[in-house]
Amino acid sequence: MRSLIYIFLGIFFGVIMTKSEVISWFRIQEMFLFQSFHMYGIIGVAVCLGVLQILLINKFNIKDFSKSPIVFVPKQKGIARYLIGGIIFGLGWAMTGACPGPMYTLLGHGLPVIAVVIMSALAGTLTYGAVRSKLPH
Amino acid sequence: MNEIFQYSWHWSFSGFMLALVMFLLLMLGKSFGLSSTLRTVCAAGGAGAKISFFDYDWKAQKWNLLFVLGAVIGGFIASNFMMGSEPISISSETISHLQAMGVDYQKSAEKGTAIVPVDLFSFEVLFSFKGFMLFVVGGFLVGFGARYAGGCTSGHAISGLSNFQIPSLISVIGFFIGGILMTHFILPFIFSF
Repeated sequence: MRSLIYIFLGIFFGVIMTKSEVISWFRIQEMFLFQSFHMYGIIGVAVCLGVLQILLINKFNIKDFSKSPIVFVPKQKGIARYLIGGIIFGLGWAMTGACPGPMYTLLGHGLPVIAVVIMSALAGTLTYGAVRSKLPH
Repeated sequence: MNEIFQYSWHWSFSGFMLALVMFLLLMLGKSFGLSSTLRTVCAAGGAGAKISFFDYDWKAQKWNLLFVLGAVIGGFIASNFMMGSEPISISSETISHLQAMGVDYQKSAEKGTAIVPVDLFSFEVLFSFKGFMLFVVGGFLVGFGARYAGGCTSGHAISGLSNFQIPSLISVIGFFIGGILMTHFILPFIFSF
């Protein structure tokens, strides 16, 4: 039953990814070229509402559906890993025009080439795991 | 109701819907983040036997695999039943910028929805230098970079920024440094081949 909830929420997410056009390679180029407000508007609204959600959850001590407190784990401090990792991610994002969420959604659109992109992303993740002790964090 | 399916969504409505997904996940005791599923797949595939980074209780992340399975199904449903006749309309400046690089937006718009460039996302292109760079190298960088930075657009740019996380802000600045370098300088070079 709970499994179904996650699948349904994922379906909802895939529909949002599509109708919002964030799965579009063209939209990603346009965003990095600063030639449209579209992507900034979407992320901006999501972040503003996200800030509001977290403020309200904390202020009114809102519990989740299973009555457990909602905890936000702070991310580990650091600069190098976030900056370097972020730049590497950004380079890839502008090439494929898809970050992980859109990748899965595009697979559902029946674009076979995306399967290669996902396999490559898995290879990248695997490689990071293998070499991470040698990287600055 | 039909209008929601027929036309593309206004950015404010899209942003609202994304925030709703994040909220529902929070209420289910989970956090919104897509790239960690790549790590989960590696772990589920047995990578933990050789690499300690993948040696963890990945089964606790099974919900996220179900979520991305849903995203694939959602993409299928949306592409088959929720696409209007109008192609995605991007700015005319972007169209001419891409045109100069040899990427034909009009052709993609005439042939369908213009989600991706039709003459780029094909197996023929995949086996060329351009396609290898775009899909194989590009995909690799997304996977490597997301794990190095500890998150992607959903985990850092949306969840992290919403919670005023400085590491997420640094990551998002990184995303844009990389993206700008690629779009403005490196892609035109790759497309010149």
